[in-house]
Amino acid sequence: MNVSRFIQYIASGTAYTVAVSLISLPLGLILGLIFSLLYVYGGKILERLMSIYSSVMRGIPPIVLLFILYFVVSGSINLSPFWAGSISLGIVSSAYQMEIVRGALLSVSGGQMVAARAIGMSKLQAIRYVIIPQAFRLAIPPWSNEAAIVIKDSSLVYALGVPEILRRAQLISASSRQPFLAFITAGLIYFLLVFLTNRLLDGLEKRVRLPAHP
Amino acid sequence: MSNPILIVKNLTKTYGDNVVFHDIDITVNEGDTDVIIGPSGTGKSTLLRCINLLTKADSGQIWLDGEEITVPGYDEDFVRQHIGMVFQNFLLFNHLTALDNVKIGLSKVKKLDDDQAERKAFQELDRVGLADRAQHYPGQLSGGQQQRVAIARALAMDPRIMLFDEPTSALDPELIGEVLEVMRKLALEGMTMLVVTHEMGFAREVSDRIIFLEKGSIVEEGSPEELFYRPKFERTREFLWKITELYGKKESED
Repeated sequence: MNVSRFIQYIASGTAYTVAVSLISLPLGLILGLIFSLLYVYGGKILERLMSIYSSVMRGIPPIVLLFILYFVVSGSINLSPFWAGSISLGIVSSAYQMEIVRGALLSVSGGQMVAARAIGMSKLQAIRYVIIPQAFRLAIPPWSNEAAIVIKDSSLVYALGVPEILRRAQLISASSRQPFLAFITAGLIYFLLVFLTNRLLDGLEKRVRLPAHP
Repeated sequence: MSNPILIVKNLTKTYGDNVVFHDIDITVNEGDTDVIIGPSGTGKSTLLRCINLLTKADSGQIWLDGEEITVPGYDEDFVRQHIGMVFQNFLLFNHLTALDNVKIGLSKVKKLDDDQAERKAFQELDRVGLADRAQHYPGQLSGGQQQRVAIARALAMDPRIMLFDEPTSALDPELIGEVLEVMRKLALEGMTMLVVTHEMGFAREVSDRIIFLEKGSIVEEGSPEELFYRPKFERTREFLWKITELYGKKESED
Protein backbone atom coordinates (compact mmCIF):
# COMPACT_ATOMS: atom_id res chain seq x y z
CA MET A 1 0.00 0.00 0.00
CA ASN A 2 1.27 3.42 -0.94
CA VAL A 3 0.81 5.60 2.18
CA SER A 4 1.14 8.90 0.38
CA ARG A 5 -1.50 7.93 -2.21
CA PHE A 6 -3.64 6.61 0.62
CA ILE A 7 -3.49 9.93 2.45
CA GLN A 8 -3.86 11.87 -0.76
CA TYR A 9 -7.05 10.00 -1.55
CA ILE A 10 -8.62 11.02 1.74
CA ALA A 11 -7.23 14.56 1.66
CA SER A 12 -8.72 15.17 -1.77
CA GLY A 13 -12.09 15.17 0.04
CA THR A 14 -11.00 18.33 1.84
CA ALA A 15 -12.20 20.47 -1.05
CA TYR A 16 -15.72 19.13 -0.51
CA THR A 17 -15.55 19.63 3.26
CA VAL A 18 -14.33 23.19 2.82
CA ALA A 19 -16.89 23.90 0.10
CA VAL A 20 -19.78 22.54 2.18
CA SER A 21 -18.65 24.65 5.15
CA LEU A 22 -18.19 27.74 3.00
CA ILE A 23 -21.75 27.42 1.76
CA SER A 24 -23.53 26.39 4.96
CA LEU A 25 -21.78 28.79 7.34
CA PRO A 26 -22.55 32.02 5.45
CA LEU A 27 -26.05 30.76 4.61
CA GLY A 28 -26.63 30.04 8.30
CA LEU A 29 -25.24 33.46 9.17
CA ILE A 30 -27.50 35.34 6.77
CA LEU A 31 -30.58 33.42 7.91
CA GLY A 32 -29.50 33.59 11.54
CA LEU A 33 -28.98 37.35 11.35
CA ILE A 34 -32.38 37.94 9.74
CA PHE A 35 -34.13 35.62 12.18
CA SER A 36 -32.42 37.14 15.21
CA LEU A 37 -33.44 40.65 14.13
CA LEU A 38 -37.03 39.46 13.75
CA TYR A 39 -36.74 37.75 17.12
CA VAL A 40 -35.42 40.81 18.97
CA TYR A 41 -37.13 43.67 17.12
CA GLY A 42 -40.04 42.04 15.31
CA GLY A 43 -42.69 42.18 18.00
CA LYS A 44 -44.51 39.53 19.98
CA ILE A 45 -45.73 37.24 17.19
CA LEU A 46 -42.41 36.98 15.37
CA GLU A 47 -40.64 36.53 18.67
CA ARG A 48 -42.85 33.54 19.38
CA LEU A 49 -42.35 32.10 15.89
CA MET A 50 -38.58 32.45 16.03
CA SER A 51 -38.49 30.93 19.47
CA ILE A 52 -40.37 27.88 18.15
CA TYR A 53 -38.06 27.66 15.14
CA SER A 54 -35.08 27.79 17.46
CA SER A 55 -36.26 25.06 19.83
CA VAL A 56 -37.34 22.71 17.04
CA MET A 57 -34.17 23.07 15.01
CA ARG A 58 -31.94 22.73 18.04
CA GLY A 59 -33.94 19.90 19.53
CA ILE A 60 -33.37 17.41 16.71
CA PRO A 61 -30.04 15.76 15.85
CA PRO A 62 -28.42 17.46 12.84
CA ILE A 63 -28.24 14.17 10.92
CA VAL A 64 -31.98 13.63 11.26
CA LEU A 65 -32.69 17.18 10.15
CA LEU A 66 -30.25 16.74 7.32
CA PHE A 67 -32.25 13.79 5.96
CA ILE A 68 -35.57 15.59 6.42
CA LEU A 69 -34.33 18.80 4.80
CA TYR A 70 -32.55 16.86 2.10
CA PHE A 71 -35.81 15.28 1.00
CA VAL A 72 -37.70 18.57 1.32
CA VAL A 73 -35.05 20.57 -0.51
CA SER A 74 -34.29 18.03 -3.22
CA GLY A 75 -37.99 17.21 -3.58
CA SER A 76 -38.93 20.78 -4.48
CA ILE A 77 -35.92 21.62 -6.61
CA ASN A 78 -33.60 19.31 -8.45
CA LEU A 79 -30.32 19.62 -6.61
CA SER A 80 -27.18 17.53 -6.36
CA PRO A 81 -26.52 15.88 -2.97
CA PHE A 82 -23.68 18.34 -2.51
CA TRP A 83 -25.90 21.41 -2.83
CA ALA A 84 -28.86 19.91 -1.01
CA GLY A 85 -26.59 18.82 1.85
CA SER A 86 -24.86 22.20 2.11
CA ILE A 87 -28.12 24.11 2.11
CA SER A 88 -29.65 21.76 4.67
CA LEU A 89 -26.65 22.14 6.98
CA GLY A 90 -26.90 25.91 6.59
CA ILE A 91 -30.52 25.80 7.69
CA VAL A 92 -29.64 23.65 10.71
CA SER A 93 -26.88 26.09 11.63
CA SER A 94 -29.14 29.12 11.20
CA ALA A 95 -30.97 28.29 14.44
CA TYR A 96 -27.71 28.20 16.40
CA GLN A 97 -26.40 31.32 14.71
CA MET A 98 -29.69 33.05 15.39
CA GLU A 99 -29.20 32.42 19.09
CA ILE A 100 -25.61 33.68 18.92
CA VAL A 101 -26.58 36.90 17.18
CA ARG A 102 -29.62 37.37 19.41
CA GLY A 103 -27.45 37.11 22.51
CA ALA A 104 -25.03 39.63 21.03
CA LEU A 105 -27.81 42.05 20.06
CA LEU A 106 -29.24 41.89 23.56
CA SER A 107 -25.80 42.44 25.09
CA VAL A 108 -25.47 45.84 23.44
CA SER A 109 -26.65 48.27 26.10
CA GLY A 110 -30.16 49.64 25.61
CA GLY A 111 -28.81 53.17 25.91
CA GLN A 112 -27.11 52.83 22.54
CA MET A 113 -30.49 52.55 20.84
CA VAL A 114 -31.84 55.52 22.81
CA ALA A 115 -28.83 57.65 21.88
CA ALA A 116 -29.15 56.73 18.21
CA ARG A 117 -32.84 57.57 18.16
CA ALA A 118 -32.09 60.84 19.96
CA ILE A 119 -30.05 62.16 17.01
CA GLY A 120 -32.92 61.37 14.68
CA MET A 121 -32.03 57.91 13.42
CA SER A 122 -34.89 55.61 12.53
CA LYS A 123 -35.03 52.28 14.34
CA LEU A 124 -33.63 50.54 11.26
CA GLN A 125 -30.74 53.00 10.97
CA ALA A 126 -29.98 52.58 14.65
CA ILE A 127 -29.91 48.80 14.28
CA ARG A 128 -27.75 48.98 11.19
CA TYR A 129 -25.22 51.64 12.17
CA VAL A 130 -25.08 51.36 15.94
CA ILE A 131 -26.37 48.03 17.26
CA ILE A 132 -25.11 45.53 14.67
CA PRO A 133 -21.51 46.81 14.52
CA GLN A 134 -21.25 46.39 18.29
CA ALA A 135 -23.08 43.06 18.35
CA PHE A 136 -20.78 41.77 15.61
CA ARG A 137 -17.77 42.17 17.90
CA LEU A 138 -19.52 40.39 20.76
CA ALA A 139 -20.60 37.56 18.47
CA ILE A 140 -17.16 36.56 17.18
CA PRO A 141 -16.11 34.18 20.01
CA PRO A 142 -19.35 32.18 20.08
CA TRP A 143 -19.48 32.29 16.29
CA SER A 144 -16.00 30.81 16.13
CA ASN A 145 -17.36 27.93 18.16
CA GLU A 146 -20.28 27.48 15.78
CA ALA A 147 -17.92 27.56 12.80
CA ALA A 148 -16.01 24.65 14.35
CA ILE A 149 -19.25 22.72 14.81
CA VAL A 150 -20.34 23.30 11.21
CA ILE A 151 -16.98 22.22 9.81
CA LYS A 152 -17.22 19.02 11.81
CA ASP A 153 -20.90 18.53 10.97
CA SER A 154 -20.08 18.86 7.29
CA SER A 155 -18.97 15.24 7.67
CA LEU A 156 -22.66 14.38 7.90
CA VAL A 157 -23.16 14.94 4.17
CA TYR A 158 -21.19 11.73 3.68
CA ALA A 159 -24.51 10.04 4.43
CA LEU A 160 -25.87 11.61 1.24
CA GLY A 161 -22.96 10.24 -0.74
CA VAL A 162 -20.90 13.41 -1.08
CA PRO A 163 -17.26 12.28 -1.45
CA GLU A 164 -15.86 14.43 1.32
CA ILE A 165 -13.19 13.48 3.85
CA LEU A 166 -15.16 11.04 5.99
CA ARG A 167 -16.77 9.34 3.01
CA ARG A 168 -13.36 8.76 1.42
CA ALA A 169 -11.86 7.56 4.68
CA GLN A 170 -14.64 5.04 5.00
CA LEU A 171 -14.25 3.80 1.42
CA ILE A 172 -10.50 3.39 1.65
CA SER A 173 -10.64 1.83 5.09
CA ALA A 174 -12.85 -0.91 3.64
CA SER A 175 -10.76 -1.51 0.54
CA SER A 176 -7.36 -1.30 2.25
CA ARG A 177 -8.35 -2.79 5.61
CA GLN A 178 -6.53 0.04 7.33
CA PRO A 179 -9.39 1.66 9.26
CA PHE A 180 -7.15 3.10 11.95
CA LEU A 181 -4.88 4.94 9.54
CA ALA A 182 -7.86 6.04 7.47
CA PHE A 183 -9.78 7.59 10.31
CA ILE A 184 -6.70 9.06 12.00
CA THR A 185 -5.97 10.81 8.72
CA ALA A 186 -9.55 12.07 8.46
CA GLY A 187 -9.50 13.22 12.10
CA LEU A 188 -6.25 15.07 11.58
CA ILE A 189 -7.55 16.95 8.56
CA TYR A 190 -10.72 17.99 10.40
CA PHE A 191 -8.65 19.08 13.37
CA LEU A 192 -6.40 21.23 11.19
CA LEU A 193 -9.37 22.86 9.47
CA VAL A 194 -11.06 23.68 12.77
CA PHE A 195 -7.83 24.82 14.36
CA LEU A 196 -6.99 27.18 11.51
CA THR A 197 -10.51 28.58 11.41
CA ASN A 198 -10.52 29.27 15.14
CA ARG A 199 -7.11 30.97 15.00
CA LEU A 200 -8.26 33.07 12.09
CA LEU A 201 -11.32 34.21 14.01
CA ASP A 202 -9.24 34.86 17.14
CA GLY A 203 -7.16 37.15 14.96
CA LEU A 204 -10.25 38.90 13.67
CA GLU A 205 -11.54 39.37 17.20
CA LYS A 206 -8.27 41.02 18.25
CA ARG A 207 -8.22 43.20 15.17
CA VAL A 208 -11.67 44.67 15.75
CA ARG A 209 -11.38 44.93 19.51
CA LEU A 210 -12.10 48.46 20.70
CA PRO A 211 -9.29 50.27 22.42
CA ALA A 212 -9.82 51.14 26.08
CA HIS A 213 -7.77 53.40 28.34
CA PRO A 214 -4.22 53.62 26.99
CA MET B 1 -41.69 89.73 22.65
CA SER B 2 -39.42 86.72 22.80
CA ASN B 3 -40.05 83.87 20.48
CA PRO B 4 -41.04 80.56 22.09
CA ILE B 5 -39.10 77.59 20.70
CA LEU B 6 -40.69 74.97 22.92
CA ILE B 7 -44.16 74.99 24.39
CA VAL B 8 -45.36 72.16 26.58
CA LYS B 9 -49.01 72.13 27.61
CA ASN B 10 -50.79 69.89 30.10
CA LEU B 11 -48.25 67.12 29.62
CA THR B 12 -49.09 64.05 31.71
CA LYS B 13 -47.33 60.73 32.05
CA THR B 14 -48.33 57.73 34.13
CA TYR B 15 -46.96 54.23 34.51
CA GLY B 16 -49.92 52.13 35.59
CA ASP B 17 -51.24 53.76 38.76
CA ASN B 18 -48.08 55.72 39.25
CA VAL B 19 -48.34 59.32 38.05
CA VAL B 20 -44.87 60.41 36.95
CA PHE B 21 -45.97 63.99 36.28
CA HIS B 22 -49.21 65.68 35.38
CA ASP B 23 -50.38 68.84 33.63
CA ILE B 24 -46.92 70.24 33.09
CA ASP B 25 -46.75 73.59 31.29
CA ILE B 26 -43.37 74.85 30.15
CA THR B 27 -42.39 77.49 27.62
CA VAL B 28 -38.78 77.95 26.60
CA ASN B 29 -38.00 81.09 24.63
CA GLU B 30 -35.38 81.38 21.95
CA GLY B 31 -31.90 81.87 23.37
CA ASP B 32 -32.99 81.15 26.92
CA THR B 33 -31.51 78.63 29.30
CA ASP B 34 -34.14 77.20 31.60
CA VAL B 35 -33.22 74.87 34.42
CA ILE B 36 -35.45 72.20 35.91
CA ILE B 37 -34.66 71.24 39.48
CA GLY B 38 -36.32 68.93 41.92
CA PRO B 39 -35.79 65.88 44.12
CA SER B 40 -34.94 62.62 42.40
CA GLY B 41 -37.89 60.53 41.32
CA THR B 42 -40.05 63.52 40.42
CA GLY B 43 -40.09 62.69 36.73
CA LYS B 44 -37.55 65.20 35.45
CA SER B 45 -35.79 62.73 33.15
CA THR B 46 -39.06 61.25 31.94
CA LEU B 47 -40.25 64.77 31.17
CA LEU B 48 -37.24 65.43 28.92
CA ARG B 49 -37.71 62.08 27.21
CA CYS B 50 -41.35 62.87 26.58
CA ILE B 51 -40.40 66.24 25.09
CA ASN B 52 -38.27 64.68 22.37
CA LEU B 53 -40.76 61.84 21.98
CA LEU B 54 -38.42 59.08 23.14
CA THR B 55 -41.13 58.23 25.63
CA LYS B 56 -44.77 58.67 24.77
CA ALA B 57 -46.70 60.98 27.06
CA ASP B 58 -50.26 59.99 27.98
CA SER B 59 -51.78 63.35 27.20
CA GLY B 60 -50.88 66.95 26.57
CA GLN B 61 -49.36 68.81 23.68
CA ILE B 62 -45.91 69.93 22.61
CA TRP B 63 -45.00 72.58 20.04
CA LEU B 64 -41.55 72.96 18.58
CA ASP B 65 -40.98 76.20 16.73
CA GLY B 66 -44.71 76.84 16.51
CA GLU B 67 -45.53 73.43 15.10
CA GLU B 68 -47.32 70.80 17.16
CA ILE B 69 -45.23 67.64 17.29
CA THR B 70 -47.68 65.61 19.34
CA VAL B 71 -50.25 65.26 16.55
CA PRO B 72 -50.68 61.58 15.66
CA GLY B 73 -48.47 60.42 12.83
CA TYR B 74 -45.99 63.28 13.12
CA ASP B 75 -42.49 62.23 11.99
CA GLU B 76 -40.76 61.54 15.29
CA ASP B 77 -37.33 60.97 13.75
CA PHE B 78 -37.60 64.41 12.18
CA VAL B 79 -38.48 65.95 15.57
CA ARG B 80 -35.48 64.35 17.25
CA GLN B 81 -33.13 65.70 14.61
CA HIS B 82 -34.11 69.15 15.78
CA ILE B 83 -34.00 68.52 19.50
CA GLY B 84 -30.54 67.78 20.85
CA MET B 85 -30.32 65.52 23.88
CA VAL B 86 -27.47 64.97 26.30
CA PHE B 87 -27.73 62.08 28.75
CA GLN B 88 -26.51 61.57 32.27
CA ASN B 89 -24.35 58.60 31.25
CA PHE B 90 -23.13 60.12 27.94
CA LEU B 91 -24.23 57.16 25.78
CA LEU B 92 -21.56 57.65 23.15
CA PHE B 93 -21.47 55.00 20.43
CA ASN B 94 -18.80 52.70 21.81
CA HIS B 95 -17.58 51.40 18.47
CA LEU B 96 -16.89 54.81 16.97
CA THR B 97 -14.13 57.36 17.50
CA ALA B 98 -15.01 60.75 18.95
CA LEU B 99 -15.06 62.19 15.43
CA ASP B 100 -17.26 59.42 14.05
CA ASN B 101 -19.65 59.75 16.98
CA VAL B 102 -20.28 63.33 15.89
CA LYS B 103 -20.16 62.51 12.20
CA ILE B 104 -22.58 59.59 12.04
CA GLY B 105 -25.70 61.71 12.46
CA LEU B 106 -24.48 64.08 9.79
CA SER B 107 -23.78 61.39 7.24
CA LYS B 108 -26.61 58.94 8.01
CA VAL B 109 -29.41 61.24 9.16
CA LYS B 110 -28.61 64.54 7.47
CA LYS B 111 -27.06 62.69 4.51
CA LEU B 112 -24.17 65.11 4.10
CA ASP B 113 -21.40 63.84 1.86
CA ASP B 114 -18.35 62.46 3.58
CA ASP B 115 -16.16 65.57 3.28
CA GLN B 116 -18.84 67.94 4.55
CA ALA B 117 -19.79 65.62 7.41
CA GLU B 118 -16.19 65.22 8.47
CA ARG B 119 -15.48 68.95 8.37
CA LYS B 120 -18.61 69.81 10.34
CA ALA B 121 -17.95 67.03 12.89
CA PHE B 122 -14.45 68.32 13.40
CA GLN B 123 -15.72 71.86 13.92
CA GLU B 124 -18.18 70.67 16.55
CA LEU B 125 -15.45 68.75 18.37
CA ASP B 126 -13.32 71.84 18.27
CA ARG B 127 -16.21 73.83 19.72
CA VAL B 128 -16.16 71.64 22.84
CA GLY B 129 -12.37 71.77 22.95
CA LEU B 130 -11.70 68.20 21.87
CA ALA B 131 -10.25 68.52 18.38
CA ASP B 132 -7.12 66.78 19.64
CA ARG B 133 -9.15 63.75 20.75
CA ALA B 134 -10.88 63.19 17.41
CA GLN B 135 -9.40 59.73 16.84
CA HIS B 136 -9.94 58.46 20.40
CA TYR B 137 -12.58 55.89 21.21
CA PRO B 138 -15.01 56.52 24.10
CA GLY B 139 -13.12 53.94 26.18
CA GLN B 140 -10.02 56.11 25.88
CA LEU B 141 -11.70 59.30 27.07
CA SER B 142 -12.46 60.57 30.57
CA GLY B 143 -16.09 60.98 31.60
CA GLY B 144 -15.90 64.73 31.14
CA GLN B 145 -14.46 64.35 27.66
CA GLN B 146 -17.09 61.76 26.75
CA GLN B 147 -19.83 64.13 27.83
CA ARG B 148 -18.32 66.93 25.78
CA VAL B 149 -18.25 64.64 22.72
CA ALA B 150 -21.89 63.82 23.43
CA ILE B 151 -22.68 67.53 23.46
CA ALA B 152 -20.82 67.96 20.15
CA ARG B 153 -22.76 65.03 18.69
CA ALA B 154 -26.05 66.72 19.59
CA LEU B 155 -24.89 70.17 18.42
CA ALA B 156 -23.81 68.82 15.05
CA MET B 157 -27.44 68.30 14.11
CA ASP B 158 -28.04 72.07 14.50
CA PRO B 159 -30.87 71.57 16.99
CA ARG B 160 -33.42 74.26 17.75
CA ILE B 161 -33.13 73.37 21.43
CA MET B 162 -30.79 71.29 23.56
CA LEU B 163 -32.09 69.11 26.39
CA PHE B 164 -29.64 68.16 29.13
CA ASP B 165 -30.56 65.33 31.50
CA GLU B 166 -28.35 65.74 34.57
CA PRO B 167 -25.26 66.03 32.36
CA THR B 168 -22.80 66.16 35.26
CA SER B 169 -24.37 63.73 37.74
CA ALA B 170 -22.29 60.75 36.64
CA LEU B 171 -19.01 62.64 36.64
CA ASP B 172 -16.21 62.73 39.15
CA PRO B 173 -16.20 66.14 40.87
CA GLU B 174 -13.00 67.29 39.16
CA LEU B 175 -14.53 66.65 35.72
CA ILE B 176 -17.77 68.57 36.24
CA GLY B 177 -16.21 71.98 35.59
CA GLU B 178 -15.19 71.30 32.00
CA VAL B 179 -18.71 70.18 31.04
CA LEU B 180 -20.39 73.14 32.76
CA GLU B 181 -17.90 75.43 31.02
CA VAL B 182 -19.02 74.13 27.61
CA MET B 183 -22.68 74.57 28.59
CA ARG B 184 -22.03 78.07 29.85
CA LYS B 185 -20.40 78.93 26.55
CA LEU B 186 -23.37 77.53 24.63
CA ALA B 187 -25.78 79.58 26.71
CA LEU B 188 -23.77 82.73 26.00
CA GLU B 189 -23.76 81.93 22.28
CA GLY B 190 -27.54 82.00 22.41
CA MET B 191 -28.35 78.30 22.25
CA THR B 192 -31.81 77.52 23.59
CA MET B 193 -31.45 75.03 26.42
CA LEU B 194 -33.57 73.12 28.90
CA VAL B 195 -31.39 71.64 31.62
CA VAL B 196 -32.17 69.20 34.39
CA THR B 197 -29.42 69.60 36.96
CA HIS B 198 -28.46 69.85 40.61
CA GLU B 199 -25.68 72.32 39.84
CA MET B 200 -27.07 75.40 41.58
CA GLY B 201 -24.04 77.51 40.72
CA PHE B 202 -24.75 76.94 37.04
CA ALA B 203 -28.48 77.52 37.51
CA ARG B 204 -27.95 80.76 39.36
CA GLU B 205 -25.32 82.14 37.06
CA VAL B 206 -26.49 81.02 33.63
CA SER B 207 -30.21 80.33 33.69
CA ASP B 208 -32.97 82.71 32.73
CA ARG B 209 -35.53 80.74 34.65
CA ILE B 210 -35.62 77.98 37.22
CA ILE B 211 -38.49 75.52 37.29
CA PHE B 212 -38.95 73.64 40.55
CA LEU B 213 -40.60 70.29 39.97
CA GLU B 214 -41.73 68.10 42.82
CA LYS B 215 -44.01 65.06 43.01
CA GLY B 216 -44.88 65.35 39.36
CA SER B 217 -45.93 68.95 39.17
CA ILE B 218 -44.36 72.39 38.99
CA VAL B 219 -44.25 73.93 42.44
CA GLU B 220 -42.82 77.25 41.38
CA GLU B 221 -40.90 78.89 38.59
CA GLY B 222 -39.15 82.17 38.12
CA SER B 223 -35.85 83.92 37.66
CA PRO B 224 -32.93 82.69 39.78
CA GLU B 225 -33.18 85.82 41.96
CA GLU B 226 -36.85 85.26 42.62
CA LEU B 227 -36.46 81.61 43.50
CA PHE B 228 -33.38 81.97 45.64
CA TYR B 229 -34.31 85.15 47.48
CA ARG B 230 -38.07 85.72 47.16
CA PRO B 231 -39.65 82.29 46.67
CA LYS B 232 -43.42 82.12 47.05
CA PHE B 233 -43.22 78.82 48.86
CA GLU B 234 -41.13 77.86 51.84
CA ARG B 235 -40.62 74.43 50.24
CA THR B 236 -38.79 76.03 47.29
CA ARG B 237 -36.41 77.92 49.57
CA GLU B 238 -35.76 74.83 51.62
CA PHE B 239 -34.95 72.67 48.59
CA LEU B 240 -32.81 75.25 46.82
CA TRP B 241 -30.63 75.96 49.80
CA LYS B 242 -30.28 72.31 50.72
CA ILE B 243 -29.12 71.48 47.20
CA THR B 244 -26.82 74.49 47.12
CA GLU B 245 -25.26 73.37 50.36
CA LEU B 246 -24.82 69.81 49.11
CA TYR B 247 -23.45 70.67 45.70
CA GLY B 248 -22.26 74.22 46.23
CA LYS B 249 -19.12 73.50 48.22
CA LYS B 250 -17.15 71.88 45.45
CA GLU B 251 -18.15 74.66 43.07
CA SER B 252 -16.76 77.39 45.32
CA GLU B 253 -13.59 75.38 45.61
CA ASP B 254 -13.10 75.48 41.84
